[in-house]
Amino acid sequence: MSVDVRVPTVLRKHTDGERVVKAEGSTVAAVIEDLERVYPGLQGELRGDDGALRQFVNIYVNDEDIRYLNRLDTQINPGDELAILPAVAGGGGG
Amino acid sequence: MLTPARTQRFGSILDAIGNTPLVELKHFSPKEGVRIFAKLEGQNPTGSVKDRIALAMVEQAERDRLISPGQVIIEPTSGNTGISMAMVCKLKGYRFTAVMPANVSGERSELLRAFGAEIVLTDGKKGSNGAIEVAQGLAAEHPDYYMPYQYGNPANPQAHYDGTAPEILDAVPDVTHFVAGLGTSGTLMGVSRRLKEHDERIQVIAGEPDLGDLVQGLRNLDEGFVPPIFDQTLLDKKLDVRSDNGLRFTQELLWREGIFAGVSSGGALSIAVKVGQALDQANIVVLFADGGWKYLSTKLWTRGIDEATEALSDQLLW
Repeated sequence: MSVDVRVPTVLRKHTDGERVVKAEGSTVAAVIEDLERVYPGLQGELRGDDGALRQFVNIYVNDEDIRYLNRLDTQINPGDELAILPAVAGGGGG
Repeated sequence: MLTPARTQRFGSILDAIGNTPLVELKHFSPKEGVRIFAKLEGQNPTGSVKDRIALAMVEQAERDRLISPGQVIIEPTSGNTGISMAMVCKLKGYRFTAVMPANVSGERSELLRAFGAEIVLTDGKKGSNGAIEVAQGLAAEHPDYYMPYQYGNPANPQAHYDGTAPEILDAVPDVTHFVAGLGTSGTLMGVSRRLKEHDERIQVIAGEPDLGDLVQGLRNLDEGFVPPIFDQTLLDKKLDVRSDNGLRFTQELLWREGIFAGVSSGGALSIAVKVGQALDQANIVVLFADGGWKYLSTKLWTRGIDEATEALSDQLLW
């Protein structure tokens, strides 16, 4: 089962400049492992040595932050959309 | 017809901060039983929620004897906090310097200058991250400068714990959900702490602006940023606000409810409606951080959505 993954500018050096890539997997962790096979180096950007999601990485499944779902074990269903976004500073919104 | 209500008299514009109106958005209710109420922070004296934290941070520094009149206060800001700080500093006799990305809307720098602030512009491609770095550097070079640092100052969430949250409970005692945009996280942190003390079942949901592609100056993920005052456990959900969705709701808000709010308000509303669609009974309070005035030059309300999105694509709007 293939899902679309949105890749932020800062990580496109790993995806040959591609903005949206396809990957397979039934959990977020499985999708990341699948991405690593095609785009080596990507997994290390997203997960630390302990395997956990790095502090400045946000992953969204259907616009919802996985830290408030089941983290890397969050289930992926057909048609879901995954987005990777860097954590950056905002300010105007409060 | 207008009915006479309590009209407050203040000794200073600083006393007029807070106690903002709360308005039901009937046209955005996704179903009977799910009501959405907006807290209009644009009604604060300089037109944004940041008046609350600017006053709180300066008065805390005064209590802690960290500042004295004539001193320079410096702060990284994408605009609203700077304008609020400039107003508070003018009235209290401090000099204020705003450090902000070059790509914020023109109205903001104009307002800052009107209030007598100095402005240091930073690389727009680096967004607020860049402004923070530069402000920290300047503060380090000048030990006599005081930097309140909204991203790490406990007086920021405290202003919402003491003010915004009790006001919400007063107006909607049976609030079930609170939604706001995530910036410094001060609003969400302070309001959440108070609401959950009141009733731990109240759900607090953050709308996070999709800034990823705007902040192109980010060289690698280690340059990312999480505000020191942010506490993940105080949120129940965090949703990504698609910028085109935020703009569309900002337009609709004016067209359907007559409310002229800034673009982060449309973004927060899009999240409130999405949350409401999945519920049967709820009283959702959503916070509108500022009014539309500072975004007029974008012509958002008079252009089509595609044209507006295109025109706004390189501006830092949150």
